[in-house]
Amino acid sequence: MEARAQTWQLASTLDSVDWAEAHVLSIAKKAGFDEDACSDIGISVRESMVNAVVHGNHYSTEKKVNLSVDVSSSTLTMIIEDSGSGLDLSTLPDPLAEENLLRPSGRGLLIIGAFMDEFAVERRAEGGTRMRLVKNRPAA
Amino acid sequence: MSVKLTNRQVGDVTVVDAEGRITLGDGASTFRDLIKDLVGNGNKKLLVNLGEVSYIDSSGIGELVSGFTTVQNAGGSMKLLNLNKRVKDLLQITKLYTVFEVHDDEAAGVRSFS
Repeated sequence: MEARAQTWQLASTLDSVDWAEAHVLSIAKKAGFDEDACSDIGISVRESMVNAVVHGNHYSTEKKVNLSVDVSSSTLTMIIEDSGSGLDLSTLPDPLAEENLLRPSGRGLLIIGAFMDEFAVERRAEGGTRMRLVKNRPAA
Repeated sequence: MSVKLTNRQVGDVTVVDAEGRITLGDGASTFRDLIKDLVGNGNKKLLVNLGEVSYIDSSGIGELVSGFTTVQNAGGSMKLLNLNKRVKDLLQITKLYTVFEVHDDEAAGVRSFS
């Protein structure tokens, strides 16, 4: 069961990216995550927020990013939603393929997947992309 | 704190000392501009010291890659120095450890260009 959920609706700006990272980190520290885990969480939230602000909403002042954070007894769950056209994973180049190693972008989702215990990306029925990131809490 | 970049010559090698964060909107473009300027001025042996970089995201990683290709396309080479554990982890996750030559010792890094 997830409890103590907090939600925010954020402008599509890089300031929102910084704000989200800092606030989720604060929550993670209070939840008992160590420094390494906090670094994993911080960069994953940052990459998700950048994806939403830059690639999803294209910095539109008309579009918001929804951030939700739930702390349960066993997990920290973060949900980031944008209002863009919706990410189609099948169209994204594999960043680990030899021919793509020197591309300047396209590594954000790979990094999130490496640092989170669960990571899911889906297109929202109402439009946009929803990313769900889960980090398991340390044993008490 | 965004990134602070300074460069110095060690023989014919240009050492770029980076300090702070290399992230989207917070240092990534600064890094790109410096590398282009250095290459434009004929500096083709670059050793990028990341020892004081506290944070780098995928945009920062992308700028390292862009710098690498910019220097390579000009007939030079760009190598990395003093990676902390976090940056090493990111380069391994992204398989870029197979692309960049990485050194832990500046003198050895400089000599490697000979």
